[in-house]
Amino acid sequence: MGPGGCRPSHRSGPDRRHAARAPPCWRGGAGGQPPLALPWAPWRCVTRQPAPRVVMTYFVHVARVANMAAAEGSSAGGPLFAGLADVSISEDIPVEGEITVPVGSHSPDEDYSTLDEPVRDTIMRDLKAVGKKFVHVMYPKKSSALLRDWDLWGPLVLCVSLALMLQGGSADSKDDGGPQFAEVFVIIWFGAVVITLNSKLLGGTISFFQSLCVLGYCVLPLTVAMLVCRLVLLAGSGTVSFIIRLIVVVAMFGWSTLASTAFLADSQPPNRKALVVYPIFLFYFVISWMILTFTPQ
Amino acid sequence: MAAADDLKFQEFDDAANLLAANPDATTISIDEPVEIPKNQHGRLQEPGREEDDELLGTDDSDKTELLAGQKKSAPFWTFEYYQTFFDVDTYQVLDRIKGSVFPVPGKNFVRLYIRSNPDLYGPFWICATLVFTIAVSGNLSNFFIHLGKPTYHYVPEFRKVSIAATTIYAYAWLVPLALWGFLMWRNSKVMNIVSYSFLEIVCVYGYSLFVYIPTAILWIIPQKVVRWVLMMFSLCLSGSVLVMTFWPAVRDDNRRIALATVGAIVLLHALLAVGCLAYFFDAPELDFPAPIIPVHNGTTVVTKSQ
Repeated sequence: MGPGGCRPSHRSGPDRRHAARAPPCWRGGAGGQPPLALPWAPWRCVTRQPAPRVVMTYFVHVARVANMAAAEGSSAGGPLFAGLADVSISEDIPVEGEITVPVGSHSPDEDYSTLDEPVRDTIMRDLKAVGKKFVHVMYPKKSSALLRDWDLWGPLVLCVSLALMLQGGSADSKDDGGPQFAEVFVIIWFGAVVITLNSKLLGGTISFFQSLCVLGYCVLPLTVAMLVCRLVLLAGSGTVSFIIRLIVVVAMFGWSTLASTAFLADSQPPNRKALVVYPIFLFYFVISWMILTFTPQ
Repeated sequence: MAAADDLKFQEFDDAANLLAANPDATTISIDEPVEIPKNQHGRLQEPGREEDDELLGTDDSDKTELLAGQKKSAPFWTFEYYQTFFDVDTYQVLDRIKGSVFPVPGKNFVRLYIRSNPDLYGPFWICATLVFTIAVSGNLSNFFIHLGKPTYHYVPEFRKVSIAATTIYAYAWLVPLALWGFLMWRNSKVMNIVSYSFLEIVCVYGYSLFVYIPTAILWIIPQKVVRWVLMMFSLCLSGSVLVMTFWPAVRDDNRRIALATVGAIVLLHALLAVGCLAYFFDAPELDFPAPIIPVHNGTTVVTKSQ
């Protein structure tokens, strides 16, 4: 099981100690048995994201494959690779090479070729990533694409368009009108930051920008609701239009909350899920209220 | 029998009773070493527990206090230090909310529910919810009150959200700060059995504001009598939580100072409720809005009360 390009660092002695211990982050999930710690592949808890990401994916995968092999070997009597006891792979040394997980092509050739590609390709790649995430939000399945490749373009576009559409509702005096552009902007971003901090303080394992990304993208249904509301208000502003707007806003609010919960709730410890979901509910409720009470000039 | 009695663990009497029996005895108060001054607990100053603690079972209180003593040891510039303030589960938060809405007479909220694990989740999010509830309910109630009037034009009144936020967060954080400072000052003059840390006081205030959330929603009903009855009721509930928490902390003091402190706590709480009702909720009309043209001149109709 020696993958090409692997450069083990030679550490003597201490790794034997790790062989019998379960990793500290082991939660005893489905199996019940902690994974076998191999001397040359000491477990690291993969909660933080060192750069580059693909290294950690590869590293954990190697350890897992080796683990399965060793498990089969030990049932036959004795570990297979006891002779390599004083060899370990440190996670500081990036281990490159491609085994199986197609996390996206990261071989050295392609990294350089993006410099020469036409600008249109660069822009289209980013646009496609943003578009794919929009689709993920509209049909939330538990995929990890949104979490893994976070970006903040989508939230910025959504926030700006929502703030533009919401600003300057009618006002008798300066104090009584709807929210201004800056107020909507601040509420969305500050609210998202506070919710992210809240979930991290409660022990969540999601990273800061991933959470901001998810919360920002899940504003998409509410932006669609704002568009619909403005169109309905063009037709008239009586009771019927209010009922239509109410139904649309409530439906989109539910969709936003469910979509963001589907992405974010898994990263929380199970006995605190409600504590994390409630602020998300409050956040989207406030945005929905601003959309529903928008009255044009 | 004598041998069995000798072997039995002797409960130490309440320090107050011991002192009352022997007023000239020298007293030592041992505090555990803390890195951060504001986390001082009057732990070892209460060798014999308060009467309500006996109902909790001494082992549980011992264990939680010992565990809490080892908890907050991260330096304050690390993230882990702040994580210790959010070390609550869902059921704990719900229990604390329940304890603030249904105060049991004689039971101290801090001793019963917080138990040396004060959290910042409850106070922060209850205040946030209260801010938005008051703003939204006020807006809705004004809308329903002025609905029939021909000159009425609905406005979202978004500025009131920031005013509500400033008021409620200032109340929930500055008043506990002042109260904590005052209690510390009195503690240095008079030896009190019970003393609370700053976070515990913030916790009590935060959770005691919870009962105003359903009250604010019910204030949409445009009847003056209903609103005042609701306010009295919620004031009694949350005020009693505060009084039962802070009375044991000041009762050993000078009688007048103790009464003045508790009176000030209740007064500030009442001021908050009355102020919110007066500012965010327009007064309901005493008579039904007539569909005919108003008799009085137009200026009084156009000028709203806020």
